[in-house]
Amino acid sequence: MRVLVVGASLAGARTVQALRREGSDARITLVDAGDAVACDRPPLSKKFLADPAVSAVPVLTPEELDALDVDLVLGRRATVLDTGAREVALDDGRRLAYDALVIATGSAPRTVPGIAMLPGVTTLRTAADAALIRAALVDGARVVVVGGGFVGAEVAWTARSHGRTATIVEPLPHLMARGLGPTLGEAFTRRHAAAGTDLRLGVGVAAVSGTSRVESVTLTDGTVLPADLVVVGVGTVPQTGWLAGSGLDVTDGVLCDARLAAVGASGVYAAGDVARWTHPRLDAPIRVEHWTNAVEHGPVVAANINGRPTVYDAQPYVWSDQLGGRLQIFGRVGADDEVRYVFGGPDEPRFVAVTGNGGRLNAVVGFAAVPKLLPYRKLLVEGASWQAALDLAGVAA
Amino acid sequence: MRAHVDLDVCQGHGVCHMSAPQVFELDEEDGHSIVIADPVPASLEADAQLGADSCPERAIMIERAVTVE
Repeated sequence: MRVLVVGASLAGARTVQALRREGSDARITLVDAGDAVACDRPPLSKKFLADPAVSAVPVLTPEELDALDVDLVLGRRATVLDTGAREVALDDGRRLAYDALVIATGSAPRTVPGIAMLPGVTTLRTAADAALIRAALVDGARVVVVGGGFVGAEVAWTARSHGRTATIVEPLPHLMARGLGPTLGEAFTRRHAAAGTDLRLGVGVAAVSGTSRVESVTLTDGTVLPADLVVVGVGTVPQTGWLAGSGLDVTDGVLCDARLAAVGASGVYAAGDVARWTHPRLDAPIRVEHWTNAVEHGPVVAANINGRPTVYDAQPYVWSDQLGGRLQIFGRVGADDEVRYVFGGPDEPRFVAVTGNGGRLNAVVGFAAVPKLLPYRKLLVEGASWQAALDLAGVAA
Repeated sequence: MRAHVDLDVCQGHGVCHMSAPQVFELDEEDGHSIVIADPVPASLEADAQLGADSCPERAIMIERAVTVE
């Protein structure tokens, strides 16, 4: 059997590892456009950024790679998928035939039209990006973060904890609104304001200016912010450009069934950020850009390739280190969810909140409160109701 | 198979417990992982491996028996 994995980042690596662990003797080819296997990303906006002594770690060490016995093709981009012929073309003209294809091309940082990528302006996706930001923080840079999501909040907090000035520009009224919803997003926005981050909410970026490197950011309300470092963290886009014309639905990532098998082709799977799959517990196909999701997709895809039908129905998990604590989100907070604090409160140093809608428990959110959130997370994993969560907390519905 | 948790590295994410509840329990005080299946029975080896792979801090080591022939 020939297995072709496109993308040598977390999801691709974990798929290959799971295949071998299950005893697959397939001929495995791992292709990536980069010149090396990607590094593990969560630390890049967390401890790597905060501590110059921390190094980036690849998702596969050279020893692990050796043991996996894969044909590694680096520096080559997949350009065409022909699902009929079961072939992928690379940018050097090579055509690689497969019996099973794993699409693990991930996502790339979204850019903002009008933001010139001058020196001193960067996204945060690679170890090189993180090293640039870390060096600028050490040098005392005035930091402007464009985008108030998790990455933006982590970068701003790290800058503040180094005693640097930090500004976040976010068009929405709250930070982390997509991950936390409006109620919890508002509470965290106040926490960041109290930590001394200059928050410019409900406003966008009109221009980034400078001669040899960035000097200022002009907002849509006319405000000009001096800046030595601009970090653009406005989300990512799934890397599916190479699949245009393949016949696959790539409206927002590769549409897959519950087994992570691409809809409309046989022997094609997607894993990680690039996969939009029908989650058995939820109503619509979802796409998740979290580390844990990519890690857990690997064994599911491997099992399906090896002929053991397996669905992926785990609750999403994401964590973020900021404000001197760890924010943990299990499940997904809906934009219209009701929010109840079951331990601590919005202005207390530690808290646990549950969110739900229509009688359903959707998410458990904790800040610096691991033990307290465990029983609620258990309810979530078990598929318990909103009422069950309120009963556990002893609060009235 | 045996699983080991480096408690200096474990940060209490608890993902191992979600992946393999029959292998990893969590300390009620700090959320640190506790191995409750030692050695790991064959039927739980895949779960234990997933638990180790899912650790954001890489705090879990899996030790496989090596057969010397």
